[in-house]
Amino acid sequence: MAEAHPVGFQWVMEAKRRGAKIIHVDPRFTRTSAMADAFVPLRAGSDVAFLGGLINHVLSGEHYFRDYVVNYTNAPMIVGEEFVDTEDLDGLFSGFAEGGYDTTSWHYEGSRVNASAGERDRWDELFGEQGPEHPSGRETPTGGPERAGSGGPVYRGIPETDPTLNHPRCVFQILKRHFARYTPEFVEQACGVEPGRFREVAEALVANSGPERTSAFAYAVGWTHHTLGVQYIRAASILQLLLGNIGRPGGGILALRGHASIQGSTDIPTLFDLLPGYIPMPQAHRNLNLDTFVAADSAAKGYWGNMRSYLVSLLKAWWGEHATADNDFCFDRLPRLTGDHGNFRTVMDQIDGKVRGYFVIGENPAVGTANSHQQRMGLANLDWLVVRDLNMIETATFWKDGPEVENGETRPEDIGTEVFFLPAAAHTEKDGTFTNTQRMLQWHHKAVEPEHDQRSDLWFYYHLGMRIRSKLRERQGERTAEQRERDRQLLELTWDYPTEGEIVEPDAAAVLREINGTDAADTALTAYTQLRSDGSTRCGCWIYCGVYAEEVNQAARRKPGAEQSWTALEWGWAWPANRRIIYNRASADPEGNPWSARKAYVWWDPEQGCWTGHDVPDFDAGKPPDHEPDPEASGPEALRGSEPFVMQSDGRAWLYAPTGLLDGPLPAHYEPQESPLSNAFYGVQRNPARQVYPRPENPYHPSGTETGSAVFPYVFTTFRLTEHHTAGGMSRWLPHLSELAPAMFVELSPELAAERQLRHLGWATVITARAAIEARVLITQRMMPLRVGGTTLHQIGIPWHWGPNGLTTGDAANELLGVALDPNVHIMETKAGTCDVRPGRRPHGADLRRLIDDYRSRAGITERTGVDPVEGTPHPRSDADGHGEGRANDE
Amino acid sequence: MIADTLDRVAVAARPEGQSVSRLHRLARARSIARERADGGEQRMREWLRWPVIRQLTGADSLGRGHAARSERTDSERARTSEADSVVGSICPYCAVGCAQRIYVRDGAVSQIEGDPDSPVSRGRLCPKGAASRSLVTSPSRQARVRYRRPHGTDWEDLDLDTALDMIAERVIRTRDETWESSTEDGTRLNRTTGIASLGGATLDNEENYLMKKLYTALGAIQIENQARI
Repeated sequence: MAEAHPVGFQWVMEAKRRGAKIIHVDPRFTRTSAMADAFVPLRAGSDVAFLGGLINHVLSGEHYFRDYVVNYTNAPMIVGEEFVDTEDLDGLFSGFAEGGYDTTSWHYEGSRVNASAGERDRWDELFGEQGPEHPSGRETPTGGPERAGSGGPVYRGIPETDPTLNHPRCVFQILKRHFARYTPEFVEQACGVEPGRFREVAEALVANSGPERTSAFAYAVGWTHHTLGVQYIRAASILQLLLGNIGRPGGGILALRGHASIQGSTDIPTLFDLLPGYIPMPQAHRNLNLDTFVAADSAAKGYWGNMRSYLVSLLKAWWGEHATADNDFCFDRLPRLTGDHGNFRTVMDQIDGKVRGYFVIGENPAVGTANSHQQRMGLANLDWLVVRDLNMIETATFWKDGPEVENGETRPEDIGTEVFFLPAAAHTEKDGTFTNTQRMLQWHHKAVEPEHDQRSDLWFYYHLGMRIRSKLRERQGERTAEQRERDRQLLELTWDYPTEGEIVEPDAAAVLREINGTDAADTALTAYTQLRSDGSTRCGCWIYCGVYAEEVNQAARRKPGAEQSWTALEWGWAWPANRRIIYNRASADPEGNPWSARKAYVWWDPEQGCWTGHDVPDFDAGKPPDHEPDPEASGPEALRGSEPFVMQSDGRAWLYAPTGLLDGPLPAHYEPQESPLSNAFYGVQRNPARQVYPRPENPYHPSGTETGSAVFPYVFTTFRLTEHHTAGGMSRWLPHLSELAPAMFVELSPELAAERQLRHLGWATVITARAAIEARVLITQRMMPLRVGGTTLHQIGIPWHWGPNGLTTGDAANELLGVALDPNVHIMETKAGTCDVRPGRRPHGADLRRLIDDYRSRAGITERTGVDPVEGTPHPRSDADGHGEGRANDE
Repeated sequence: MIADTLDRVAVAARPEGQSVSRLHRLARARSIARERADGGEQRMREWLRWPVIRQLTGADSLGRGHAARSERTDSERARTSEADSVVGSICPYCAVGCAQRIYVRDGAVSQIEGDPDSPVSRGRLCPKGAASRSLVTSPSRQARVRYRRPHGTDWEDLDLDTALDMIAERVIRTRDETWESSTEDGTRLNRTTGIASLGGATLDNEENYLMKKLYTALGAIQIENQARI
């Protein structure tokens, strides 16, 4: 955190100054470790084992926050008899078949978990064509879990519960049995953390949690870039919920995100599986219409119960008066998904000639994405490519001087891609909002005009839309009836933004106002509770409703922090409803009183008859703590006064996920896709539901005891430096930053340097089955060998900022990585891989190919290596071109 | 206090290419002093102005404040004080969201500072945020459209309007040629998988919104950004 989010880290130091204990758990000793009270090095890729150990410590030692757990989590819920845990199946949960899980056996007893559009085919088999009720747009195998960005998946019915937590099939008891295996000794075998040190961490965490104290976890992509990344976060969530550390000040699991508006681009998603505000993109299904899409949500409890209002208001924002109740508010104009359309799938489709045009906007996949060679293969097989960036990044120049050209594998003359490079405007040259990692929107004002051809992306997309529309409008006479029909959704799109200045720049504030939403009188709305499903309101992103309340750009508020309370509610605007801590009703006990005076945050004021406190209460402000809803109620009205998790369909936080995840209702430790070790916990080596893509350009290594594993004996993990940013597009061209961190390097221990005859500041070549890259050697004691499973394990840290262009150049770390994904969110594993390292620079041309081939052959690598879901069980599909629906691993 | 510190840092900074060492500055200040000294009394006064004397005799015993200031130092003006305008902004690097103040002179960004009013960053910027003036004013920044024709071996010039027109034509053509109205069994698809997009996490919300809106109306579905990778 001190390295990659240094200014955010000042608050950690502030906490330390006030007596907080800082514990840093990381494969590398960094500036964060230097400032921490305790540094715990662990093996990259073993965090679920570590967190599982902490969960076991809390459960077996009875250290959990009982009142919180009983009232605010699903600990008392009773799970159906069909569920079988990994304890009884040696690492699999019940329902595993053909490379994926049928999750129906994970459900609660007495409740019907909502099926999804994506699972509809099987759902039809189980329940018949119409189903017991209606299908839903939720929980698709390809994207449903991302709904967790604003609330979890949905279920209906009232499950059986046992508030005493003694029923053998209640979530609490299942948790206890599941994590009993995660003892300090097992933690040591998987993580290389010695039991005494582990206990110190566990005891410190427990001592600092409860009514009087809270602990927080901060993480970044070191937790998410894994083949079980979602389960890493689940493990932390379980731990924090057991300790009562969610929805309370000083608590939480804090994602330290890495780009200025990466949160915003998830909320208003440039992502394939979502519409604005975490509404799923519809999947292709017969008889899918607005009613069937929202039906299950409408029946559910919590704020997702109003999904119809959110979606209709979005469709009204997009198609205006053309969206009416009679035409389903233009719901049919939304394109339909069929399976995974994530970027890795798309790039493989580019290689296979299925994608012709590609826009790359402020991103640099030619060096910034895992298996960069595969990315460039995709770029080289397009008809046309548009790159918009500040500098001449590698994604724009791959055809001219990319590694394949440099190595003589191809020539510019052989690459048919037509490339448009359009220079972008910088943040100082445009108005707009970024959403930071706390969900806070902050407006940045234009300071100067962009020069020459430099334009904002707002300008580009606005004018591209105008140009496409005017061309289509002119050509309507010559278009076929079918073409005219599909043109309507473009020609009738609301696209009339005011513009200003010589370059005809669209007004960003007008766009933000459309995102905020308006009522029938075209007045800006103030809260999403005003949204209606009858078409009388328009709103581009329901969770952002209120950012333009009172016709004021709330995101532009800059009242000095020193002039307001510590929650600083008048600086910027945080979604939803300007709340700074979500689910903050959990900071009060079921009766509405703060759990302790020290940790008071929001509470029920019986005299005023409302919730009040330091923040905007994340609860119906007038609903008393003892409120019991009408049994017939749905949506927010169905929530009790004591149920804080208002986006959840049961008002409770989930220790156990009866639905919504594709790789298990509980986290279990699996080894990374590539690991020198065998799984110490279960017979199953890797996440059995992970996504793998066996292709010639994407081979995997053998692991553990598999033949050839020793050819790649070292673990590597990629990381960021303070002085550079992501793949370097915004840092490698800057003189100051290039001077501060002037060369690509690998960081490793003196012991490994001795083992491989590497010299400090000399050259090393790092090799995987995908690539060999060269880097300067940085030998430090910050990297330390671990004792794991009775052997010494070496780890190598590799920064991923470099590429061939810019002021400071070097090989890209992403060349080394294979593509293996978490099945829930299609995020790749970059934080734990295996490699070899040797002294000297890498060869070039045909010699480079020969070196890699030699390693592949010594390791006995074939297209089948590392791809079976469960070792010894063949993969259900032998090819990699499956593009249809389903959840097979090659999707 | 933070603002004062930052102002002092700004005073010490020089535009690129005009970097002057501290020793050089001291020497210049002394030579100016010598020229002006035309008598023993005055010389003594100048002697007393020497930093080390002031450090040893004054209140600034560490020599990090007043004692270290020269005439030249006092004559320096911060770029922030000479700006024509200043606007509030946000750092474009990571997601902490540190507030910046953008100083403008003669229509160009002359300085970027942390904004001490921000309850998030309290005026601080990291090395990247502090280098963001060089991000936006860097001579390496591209200002013109570049075009590479299929199988071409070098970049060519192209004006922006022509580029926009050519891209619009390619979108329309690709959309028509790769349109999928429905699956073989008649299930509605209403889309194209011929056009894909990558990027968004470095952009504004308003930009992401127009992208998603236009792509969805076009029927393009392979829309992705850094949040996944």
